[in-house]
Amino acid sequence: QQIQEDLNKQLFDNLVNFLRQSHSEFQKKTTEWTCRMKSREIPTAALVLGVNVTDHDLTFRSISEVLQSNVTPYIALLEGKDCPGIKNLMQKLMGQLMNCYIDVDSVEDEDYVQVSQNRVRCSMTSLINWYKSVTKKTDSETPSRKRASSSRHCQSPLVVVIFKDMESFTTKVLQDFIVISSQHIHELPLVLIFGIATSPMIIHSLLPHSVSSLLCIELFQSLSCKEHLSTLIDKLLLTGQFPFKLGEKVLRVLINIFLYHDLSVQNFIKGFQICVVEHFYSQPLSILCCQLEDIKKRVNALGHDQCENIRRLPSFRRYVENQVSEKQIALLTADDFLKEAVQKLLEDLHVYHENYVSVLRCLHVFTSSLPKYPLGKQIRELHCACLENRVWEIEEYESSLQLARMLNKSDLVTMLQQCVEIFVSSSGTEFDKTVEKLKEFLTQFQQLEAEAFQEQDVSVSSQKELQKKTDLYHLQKTLLELKESRRSKKLTKFEMLRFEVVDYIDSLVRKYLVPADHKTLHEIMYFNTASVLREHMNAAPRIALHTALNNPYCYLKNQALKSDGGGISNKAPDICIAYRLHLECGRLINLVDWLEAFSTVVTAAEGPSADAASSDQVDDVVHARFIRAVSELELLGFIKPSKQKTDHVARLTWGGC
Amino acid sequence: MPNLEHPAYPAAALLRLESLVPCRESQVSMLMSIFGERQHFSFPSIFIYGHTSSGKTYVMQTLLNTLQLPHVFVNCVEYFTSRLLLEEILIRLQNCSETEQTSHVPCDTFNDFVRLFKQAVARQELQDQTLYIVLDRAEQLREMEANILPAFLRLQELTDRNVTVVLLSEIVWELFRPNIGCFEPLVLYFPDYSIGHLQKILSQNHPPEYSADFYAAYINILLGVFYMACRDLKELQHLAVLNFSKYCEPVVRGEANERDTRKLWKNIEPHLKRAMQTVYLREISSSQWEHLQRDDGEPLQLKGLSAHTHVELPYYSKFLLIAAYLASYNPVRTDKRFFLKHHGKIRKTNFMKKHEKTSNHLLGPKPFPLDRLLAILYSIVDNRVVPTANVFSQITSLVTLQLLSMVGHNDQLDGPRYKCTVSLDFIRAIAR
Repeated sequence: QQIQEDLNKQLFDNLVNFLRQSHSEFQKKTTEWTCRMKSREIPTAALVLGVNVTDHDLTFRSISEVLQSNVTPYIALLEGKDCPGIKNLMQKLMGQLMNCYIDVDSVEDEDYVQVSQNRVRCSMTSLINWYKSVTKKTDSETPSRKRASSSRHCQSPLVVVIFKDMESFTTKVLQDFIVISSQHIHELPLVLIFGIATSPMIIHSLLPHSVSSLLCIELFQSLSCKEHLSTLIDKLLLTGQFPFKLGEKVLRVLINIFLYHDLSVQNFIKGFQICVVEHFYSQPLSILCCQLEDIKKRVNALGHDQCENIRRLPSFRRYVENQVSEKQIALLTADDFLKEAVQKLLEDLHVYHENYVSVLRCLHVFTSSLPKYPLGKQIRELHCACLENRVWEIEEYESSLQLARMLNKSDLVTMLQQCVEIFVSSSGTEFDKTVEKLKEFLTQFQQLEAEAFQEQDVSVSSQKELQKKTDLYHLQKTLLELKESRRSKKLTKFEMLRFEVVDYIDSLVRKYLVPADHKTLHEIMYFNTASVLREHMNAAPRIALHTALNNPYCYLKNQALKSDGGGISNKAPDICIAYRLHLECGRLINLVDWLEAFSTVVTAAEGPSADAASSDQVDDVVHARFIRAVSELELLGFIKPSKQKTDHVARLTWGGC
Repeated sequence: MPNLEHPAYPAAALLRLESLVPCRESQVSMLMSIFGERQHFSFPSIFIYGHTSSGKTYVMQTLLNTLQLPHVFVNCVEYFTSRLLLEEILIRLQNCSETEQTSHVPCDTFNDFVRLFKQAVARQELQDQTLYIVLDRAEQLREMEANILPAFLRLQELTDRNVTVVLLSEIVWELFRPNIGCFEPLVLYFPDYSIGHLQKILSQNHPPEYSADFYAAYINILLGVFYMACRDLKELQHLAVLNFSKYCEPVVRGEANERDTRKLWKNIEPHLKRAMQTVYLREISSSQWEHLQRDDGEPLQLKGLSAHTHVELPYYSKFLLIAAYLASYNPVRTDKRFFLKHHGKIRKTNFMKKHEKTSNHLLGPKPFPLDRLLAILYSIVDNRVVPTANVFSQITSLVTLQLLSMVGHNDQLDGPRYKCTVSLDFIRAIAR
């Protein structure tokens, strides 16, 4: 669907923007480096990217794109797994550089293709020769060429070598490469970029001092992936732009996978895409999940079956039950009437979203500055809480309101201002009044301030009076009075106002932050089947294997296998029987015992008629079947041959499923 | 001072040579006496060793260049296979006098090399002079094919030409000697520079705008600070260049004249101390250091490389790493005691005490099987952990991040064993 494509585009735009931000600074540096090539040091950028390795690919691709368009056409991306030796590294490097040369200059590439196809001497000298020839050519070319901008940028364009994953390179390769290239830094302006997943200490642990002293390392820290995620959520979920929404459980699953497992924004996006696909695939009414302008058209195009579908939605039924009886009948029988109602409800839902987002942000402004974060630090946590149930009914909300009632004035004023900004920027029409109200609060605060000044004067004067009186008793009395008056008079005004503000926010929350489940027709917009997503995103191979072997009916759907009360059925496949038997054994399994157990289970079916003769002699066929099952188990990694005892195998897995 | 004297070479060249190689006169005169005159057959192979930056490469290069001896200078790290190395020598040889590019000749074996070498020498008309082939970082030769090193050592004999192979290395000859035996080269040792030598060499290239005495005083201070930590001439040179502008600052501002050493010392000392902590260890790069000098404001604003030790890890990865650490440093038999809720009474036997005395941290991490890691993981994580593919893939990704390391053969079915490679501090930081 085109909506999904839209989403993807938006996502990647976001990502690229991020990278631009974090690397604009970096580009400045690269151009500066061209000036200071005096020493033998190789300018090096160490990019600390965090452990979410799956995201790095995209990062590096966009870096190289940005560099290619702005700084230099010569970029080589190297990966640790491609370069087990220095030879492979050089081959890879030359291949990439020369190919990119061909890409850029596709006029006279005939001979060059041939050269690179032949086994070029992969050494630095040939690289330098190539570089010289290229730069000479660009100098002689007229500046009307496509690359004119870059060659104007710096007389001799840099050659950038990016090591994608520093950790997986072997030490020796890196050392050799650095030593070699430092010998030729005068002839070949080389810039290295190290992608680092853990911490920059890895440079020291990978390279000895004699090598790292050849580098001139600058550190660049990319955004932490958590921040990345929160902005992503901000832009994707908390906008009215996209009609598709995630339900609470699904969002929890996605965020849990992110935080517990991989910290990968890519995977989060993929999960989100799966949600989109799943939603549009499984929910027939998802046609109605579209922009506000299209709703009317699509609602009118609904057929009778789809109307029935709508009537079957639980939230719609609830809605119907709350109506008067004539209307109920009309809704349940007349399609046209239903369509109108649906249209109105959907529009309501859109308005609700808009309001929801802005009030949520507003609440977040309040709660995020409270001590201990009773409602969570990030807006996503708040969002989850609000989706789950009525936010004003949970304890944390109460405690946070209590805390909010104890805020000091300057904080409160800044928060109010922020809220005003949020409401002004939001497109909802209902907020004019809210804005006014908030502004009123602000002016009241200012008045209070002025009054406070006056009162201070008063208190100063009273203090002066105090000094006059030298009697100890009187002094005590007046002091007490002063205290009393302060507590009762000056603070109450502020406190009153503070209560008022908090109560007002509370009322806003109660009005707008109704969880989506309570809204009619929320099924159209919200995707809430978390189990599907969990199956897709968080596979559990061992559990699957266990269920398959332990309970073959689950996958084979054979009625004969269904009777499963704990005993081992002999109709199950051989491997299942062997598996069940092996579960009962200890670390070392005696093969003979196992075989006997196996044969008793298998021959149990043949009935008591045959067993008398062959009780001690195992049938050859059964024997063969057993051997096959055991070797299959070995292939699956459950057992392995052991050298400790003859005729024994060692068990490799222990519970934990 | 032993003056360089040799009848075969003009006095002017010798004088220049002497000025170029300070503190290495004895070695140079030794080399020259070995080389003899141009047409003399010299010793077939010479092995020169000495510590890092004791001037081996530099001396060799200047000696050959100033005396204009025909030579080929090759770095063995750069030409990492024997084929590359041999071809490079041939190409250099052909380019010695002719400038025009000769066509590329494949040279795969040493036999080919000897043949082509003879041809090249004949073409260059070098028969009457000694040709020098210098192999820098010769320790790399040991990793190439077994025949390369012995063949180079007796190249004179093999080619029957007037050629001398010079090997430069940082390690002693005893480590080179192949077990099948070979021709013994003439071994020559370059001793480390003493502090006086360093002072002399460093003060030699003073910047033109300042007097030599001024620069020498600066070098004196610099050596006073850094000599304890670093005797590497290259590093010292680098540091000298970096910090000199700071040293000159009072002079430029006019607050002190060039003779006012004490004042200058006061000015530069804390600065150099700081440099020792940062630049020398490459915590911050030299260009950042220069920036810092220019701004001169808040000195600790820039964090070094090792300041960023914090690593962001997913929730389960943290627990996996902690579990791995526990598995690596705790003996197996304590597992039951630590991780089981209803463990038996702790029996303190003599045997146990004896072992507990040596700290496990001194012994280093021990390998542990995957099952144990998972078992500990399940017991230290509060809620239930589902052994999904994600958890398993996290283990491998920790291995690629070099936080864990795989021990033994990498047969997955065979129950892989791991080791935890991170330190206690790191674990403490994660466990918070």
